[in-house]
Amino acid sequence: MCTECGCSSTDHSHHHEHESRTIRVEEDLLAKNNRLAAGNRQLFTSSHLLVLNLVSSPGSGKTSLLERTLADLKRRFNFSVLEGDQQTTNDADRIAATGVPVKQLNTGAGCHLDAHMVGHGVESFDLAETDILMIENVGNLVCPAAFDLGEDHKVTVLSVTEGEDKPLKYPQMFQACDLMLINKIDLLPYLNFDLEQCKAFARQINPRIEIMELSCQTGAGMQQWYDWLMAGVARKNPGRRGAGRE
Amino acid sequence: MTFGHDPLHELSLTQNIVDLAIEYAAREKAVKVLSITLEIGALSGVVAEAVEFAFDVCSKGTLAEGANLEIRHVSGRGRCLDCQTETEIETLTHLCPHCGSLALETVQGQEMKFTEMEID
Repeated sequence: MCTECGCSSTDHSHHHEHESRTIRVEEDLLAKNNRLAAGNRQLFTSSHLLVLNLVSSPGSGKTSLLERTLADLKRRFNFSVLEGDQQTTNDADRIAATGVPVKQLNTGAGCHLDAHMVGHGVESFDLAETDILMIENVGNLVCPAAFDLGEDHKVTVLSVTEGEDKPLKYPQMFQACDLMLINKIDLLPYLNFDLEQCKAFARQINPRIEIMELSCQTGAGMQQWYDWLMAGVARKNPGRRGAGRE
Repeated sequence: MTFGHDPLHELSLTQNIVDLAIEYAAREKAVKVLSITLEIGALSGVVAEAVEFAFDVCSKGTLAEGANLEIRHVSGRGRCLDCQTETEIETLTHLCPHCGSLALETVQGQEMKFTEMEID
């Protein structure tokens, strides 16, 4: 190969007939991910599935929230769970202990899940028999904001042990999500966390955001979250008979 | 901003840039990519310097290696949901200069686009 220009000619004294020219590309950098996400969304919609993409900083309690939610609702709904982390199967092991189908996706050096990983991740699930697919993203309030996975909603979990200004510091994520769950509210008496200020910041970034306060330790506020999930399932699967599988 | 050990979403975006460049170059039977023009919006969350850094890594050994990367900045625009005024914004935390409302909806500035390239 010609090392001058990378062409396949072996004659290094050759003259190129190529002329430099400009071509229009006009492609979104996320086009490939968006195409795959659209494919996922089509699959999820045809399976009448409610799909949530859970995002947060590390340690906000996403996995604990899932454990409690699954324990309380698994007799009513069929769940499947994708767990995204850079390393380990620790979170998937915790979810597996609840008896719900789960698959761990390890991103290695990657900082977010993408639509390609999710598309393959759900292959082992019986989607026709699933009501709610929970995708727990890598703990990171920056990168997952840009990557559509085919979900119905991004749900941000923010715990009160973090600063109330997180929505201002990571505005892309709070703008991209439909629901913010403020977790660990049982710890509020011990902290200087300004709950009202936090909600005001979130609404400043995203005027349409829904906000719920809860504690997956004590169970406070969880019913509102469960009602939101039930309404979501009803929207995605209006023909579903009855409210329960019990 | 940190480089090195911190994984960046700019890395996967830049891999997409290189993949697209190679795909289009092959289609055009080009032997070299001379330059690539991108449009990055002020509100896209993409750091142009991080794309430049990642480009050297991602393009190594491809037709796009050594290509000149031109990144055009697209300013952000927001529309006030209360008084409908449009205003230029560089962050997502602006107030409406007309009525002081916090409720601004982004109308421009989230672009991350590969617009054109020069090939040989």
